[in-house]
Amino acid sequence: MNETKKAVISVLGLDRKGIIARVSGVLYNNDANILDISQTIVSGYFTMVLVADISSQECVFDVLSDELTALGEEMGIQIRAQRSEIFDSMYRI
Amino acid sequence: MVTTSEILSTLRMIDKQKLDVRTITMGISLFGCVSDSEERLCERVYDRIVHQAARLVKTGEEIEKDFGVPIVNKRISVTPAALIAGAMKHPQKLARALDRAAYETGVNFIGGYSALVHKGMTETDKAVIASLPEVLTETERLCASVNIGSTKAGINMDAVRMMGGIVKQIAQNTSASGGFGCAKLVVFANAVEDNPFMAGAFHGPGEGDCAINVGVSGPGVVKSALEAVRGRPFDEVAETVKKTAFSITRVGQLVALEASRRLNVPYGIVDLSLAPTPAVGDSVAQILEEMGLEVCGTHGTTAALALLNDAVKKGGVMASSHVGGLSGAFIPVSEDIGMIRAAESGALTLEKLEAMTCVCSVGLDMIAIPGDTSAETISAIIADEAAIGMINNKTVAVRVIPAPGAKVGDSVEFGGLFGRAPVMAVKPFSSKDFIGRGGRIPAPLQSLRN
Repeated sequence: MNETKKAVISVLGLDRKGIIARVSGVLYNNDANILDISQTIVSGYFTMVLVADISSQECVFDVLSDELTALGEEMGIQIRAQRSEIFDSMYRI
Repeated sequence: MVTTSEILSTLRMIDKQKLDVRTITMGISLFGCVSDSEERLCERVYDRIVHQAARLVKTGEEIEKDFGVPIVNKRISVTPAALIAGAMKHPQKLARALDRAAYETGVNFIGGYSALVHKGMTETDKAVIASLPEVLTETERLCASVNIGSTKAGINMDAVRMMGGIVKQIAQNTSASGGFGCAKLVVFANAVEDNPFMAGAFHGPGEGDCAINVGVSGPGVVKSALEAVRGRPFDEVAETVKKTAFSITRVGQLVALEASRRLNVPYGIVDLSLAPTPAVGDSVAQILEEMGLEVCGTHGTTAALALLNDAVKKGGVMASSHVGGLSGAFIPVSEDIGMIRAAESGALTLEKLEAMTCVCSVGLDMIAIPGDTSAETISAIIADEAAIGMINNKTVAVRVIPAPGAKVGDSVEFGGLFGRAPVMAVKPFSSKDFIGRGGRIPAPLQSLRN
């Protein structure tokens, strides 16, 4: 059985150029496929939630997560990757 | 798929409301380590724990990273020491082996230096209990517990008498740290076999070889949820707590199943407890205050706590396939910023805490009392609490700290998750002759319950 593994990537911080480009760059380099993006800007604060398929053999969650955290630190925003199961189990019976 | 607002709500719970999994506790049976040689027994115990729990801390950290939810503690509970130390003259050696194993595996506490003496005491039980002052002074990560009563057996008043003196002795031995040794000892009635929370965790004799038990937390999440129903009737308060408890418990269930799978160890239970920490916004007392009490401890507190405790269970039971452990709201005074404030303001007293323990989990927990409190008075506090547990068919515990040299109005600092304990008043009247009697209080009737 080859179940789809999904990650939820959340980005919070002051808006600036290139956030989506660079986050999707990291995902592309890790062979993760973006399934859904939603994004809002509330009084200059950027909030993006992105769902990605990370089932690929080439995609190691640990590496992806570390790279995204590092990118967040570099850009001065908070980027976090979490396996999607936590959200499914909290809100779905 | 979940919605963006649900995802953001979870992130808020983790970042702002301090949602966490309080502990993954691996229960390990030590029956297979029994030997008539003290050295061999200690060696086998050490090897068994270090082997079984080798990947516990690392796996906990991996799960934490994958799901982005903090897992605060990784711990081990073992078979009560007195059950496997029958051939030992010096159970202290076993205590040291357990402490070393905890150190080697990287867990912050190991529980199970315990004796179950609710009906009677074996020579081994006596030796383990007598060694507590020495053991809890010398070791760093070892936690101990003694079960002195149960609904089925009554209360062993000989053991209760003994424990008053033991608690006092431990406080004196560890006077440099405000009597901190006492924080590592829990005196129970109706102790449970699968409790993942320290200091009272042990792996009961009815358990299997190994099990993963998880304790959830999240008082801050419940408090925030209740802010949305300010001024509304209690029906809505209860519904809100239930829904929140469901979400919190699902995180615990997910972590428990994942830990069980990754460690290849059976999943035991999820403990549905609201466990506070001294951090602001992580307080059970503040939930009660959010319900409309000026300060925790005033009239109405027991009713508020009863509602909270029941609603947490109702929401949590649905969220988990196996619920167990202590499962209820904890009210440790030193570990809850709201309780500390309430005690300092004079609203929360020992008597009120005793009443609160009738409707919630555990008992008189992390309470500092004056250093000159007599051993008999401590025994009498234990007896009162045990009576509540025995009659009401629930787990109760006493973890009091007679802080050496401290008086009412003083404050004892323990640091970290153990927090700060305002010294609370005890009655100045003697219970000496009462405790001096010894013997057993018979088991209570189970019918005609009024």
